Amino acid sequence: MPKDLVSIKDISKEETEAIIDIALSFKDVLRRDIKKVPALRGKTVVNLFFEPSTRTKTSFELAEKRLSLDVINFAVSSSSVVKGESLLDTVRTIESYGIDYLVIRHASSGVPHFIARQTRASVVNAGDGINEHPTQALLDAVTMQEKKGGVKGLEVAIVGDILHSRVARSNVDCLTKLGASVRLVGPPTLIPLSPPAGVKVFYDVDEGIRGADVVMMLRIQLERQGKSFFPSTKEFFKYWGLSAERLLLADKDALVMHPGPMNRGIEIASDVADCPQSVILEQVTNGIAVRMAVIYMLQG
Amino acid sequence: MNKELLNKQDIERILSRIAHEIIEKNKGPEKLCLVGIQRGGVHIAHRLATRIDTIEHVNVPVGSLDISLYRDDISRRKKLPIVRKTDIPFDISEKVIILVDDVLFTGRSIRAALDALMDFGRPAQIQLAVLIDRGHRELPIRADYVGKNIPTARSENIEVQLEEESAEEKVVLISGE
Repeated sequence: MPKDLVSIKDISKEETEAIIDIALSFKDVLRRDIKKVPALRGKTVVNLFFEPSTRTKTSFELAEKRLSLDVINFAVSSSSVVKGESLLDTVRTIESYGIDYLVIRHASSGVPHFIARQTRASVVNAGDGINEHPTQALLDAVTMQEKKGGVKGLEVAIVGDILHSRVARSNVDCLTKLGASVRLVGPPTLIPLSPPAGVKVFYDVDEGIRGADVVMMLRIQLERQGKSFFPSTKEFFKYWGLSAERLLLADKDALVMHPGPMNRGIEIASDVADCPQSVILEQVTNGIAVRMAVIYMLQG
Repeated sequence: MNKELLNKQDIERILSRIAHEIIEKNKGPEKLCLVGIQRGGVHIAHRLATRIDTIEHVNVPVGSLDISLYRDDISRRKKLPIVRKTDIPFDISEKVIILVDDVLFTGRSIRAALDALMDFGRPAQIQLAVLIDRGHRELPIRADYVGKNIPTARSENIEVQLEEESAEEKVVLISGE
């Protein structure tokens, strides 16, 4: 395994499959009465979140505690960063505490990559700008592995705001590596002009999800959109949202996934989010297991 | 230079003897459960359960335990770790657990297994059964049931090949070089 997990590209197909396997073992640990193992006792992790996050941060923190790590949360809003300290100085200060892992989220793409080269600690990217969110892609793969018995050969439709989505970017790399075929579905304004090789692009959502084994809806990231990419959220739902009727076009056992937080009534209908095919809450549980697996695998 | 120490028939006889010893020591199999350490120990635990069933007509529950998350050498490892299945589908509280492993060496695996078991409940007692005791203990741990004591050099290796995993069943001493 490499020192860091900054990008899905950092890990080979074999390493990706090993992480998925170990995540499933950790899921067993999470079902026990005592949901904690001493695997990383005596090691320390710092969660460095420069961008607001509740669910990813909670998920990482829980995963770290389940591995018996000592956890420090570096709250950026109350730190020297607001007093004008540079990113590099912040990282060097934290490293001097004697830490083993650094989990980083930042609104700018490439920050975890930059920091990984400056520190001896293992760096895990918890989302950088519109670039990557590797642990989300891995937890999605674990969910597919568990529910579909494998990722290879699946038809996966990723629908919505592809352009601003680090989840989509990491998922494309992870799913193609594991042998799934990926469709990117959305309005032309929200799909990159040069989509990655090997994926199919659909501007018509009905065509895009027809026969798919997995329909992954993405959140419309209004906070990252400087300008208008579509007329209104109401119109977005009408043309691109996942309604119960639209879901009938996918395979009858298709999984409905969403990385959260959901905008009910914008990209996904409320009844679809709660339907039996929806594995959205399962994804949350798998997130803890996969983050345990990643941190456990990176050390050493 | 490899030397065969036990063949299939030797192993069968040893396991039959250990099954009898377990029943004798515990005055019957009623409170017993068997927990094998991945991987070799799991197969041996199942075989002991079959023998106890044949002798006493009691179905003793069998679980499997993976100890990799409890090891003490985790930060020294060199290759990708494999975490195998831990499956203990019964309550171990107030039970007598027979912990089963194929080879007893430094005792560190057993220490890890004891810690792991404690996270599943509070057993009345834990006893240890091993097929081979090769010496070189680094911790104050001993087995209650030993298939065969085999004095070894530290540089040597003991390989237990069971028919569940390999073509021929035997125990082999592999020399250091």
